[in-house]
Amino acid sequence: MRKALLLVIFLFVSAFLLLGVADMRSFGEPQIADMDDYYVAHAQGEVAVNNVVTAVVFDYRGFDTLGEATVLFAAVVGILALFRKPRKEER
Amino acid sequence: MKNEGMTVIVRTVTRFVYGMIILFGFYVIMHGHLTPGGGFQGGAVVASAFALLLVAFGSSGLKGHVNLHWLQSIEEVGALSFLALAFLGIGTAFFYNLLANSGGFLFGASVPAGPNAGVFAAGGLVPLMNWAVGLKVMTGISAVVIIMLIGSSKEETE
Repeated sequence: MRKALLLVIFLFVSAFLLLGVADMRSFGEPQIADMDDYYVAHAQGEVAVNNVVTAVVFDYRGFDTLGEATVLFAAVVGILALFRKPRKEER
Repeated sequence: MKNEGMTVIVRTVTRFVYGMIILFGFYVIMHGHLTPGGGFQGGAVVASAFALLLVAFGSSGLKGHVNLHWLQSIEEVGALSFLALAFLGIGTAFFYNLLANSGGFLFGASVPAGPNAGVFAAGGLVPLMNWAVGLKVMTGISAVVIIMLIGSSKEETE
């Protein structure tokens, strides 16, 4: 019973994955670039920024930049905590 | 371990150069929406000036001139202002650029389409976020470099 259930789940998930693979773009086909074309065409009009990379980093994908800043903050705090000299009463 | 720095030649060249490096870093941050670069890159350039000072003058030469608490405070101000700028457009969406093309005096100008040199007073929140991230990166990496070389001295921890 349990094995049959697992088999059904396995087949279900594999069917989903295979469906996704069938819908994927063919490998090594860089001429399909909808997102890039959108950025290049609309960055000057929407963000009023000539540097499209900055427009992507700070506007379209600002959330990713927030994550990067958080990573840097965590690294700095960790290093400062690691390298500080302990006070006398903590020794 | 006592680090006394390098020779007179290196110290003299450092005295001439480190101001220009800091200036170039601020230029990269300031023109992040026009030229290659931005907050992260400019902040790293400014932090490299601090690293050069440390290498040239040693830990004893920089002790007393740099306050690690100030560096940390500026870093936190940069991080929080970045978050606050992101929350400015929360009425539409998180990270919505509500200052771009608004026509206001704060980076509200529009940019003509096609290849052009760019408008400095444009971009809305993007230049402000560049400044926030730049402040954060320059102080953060400077604090890391300084504390890894000299550690926090006793009077700074008190």
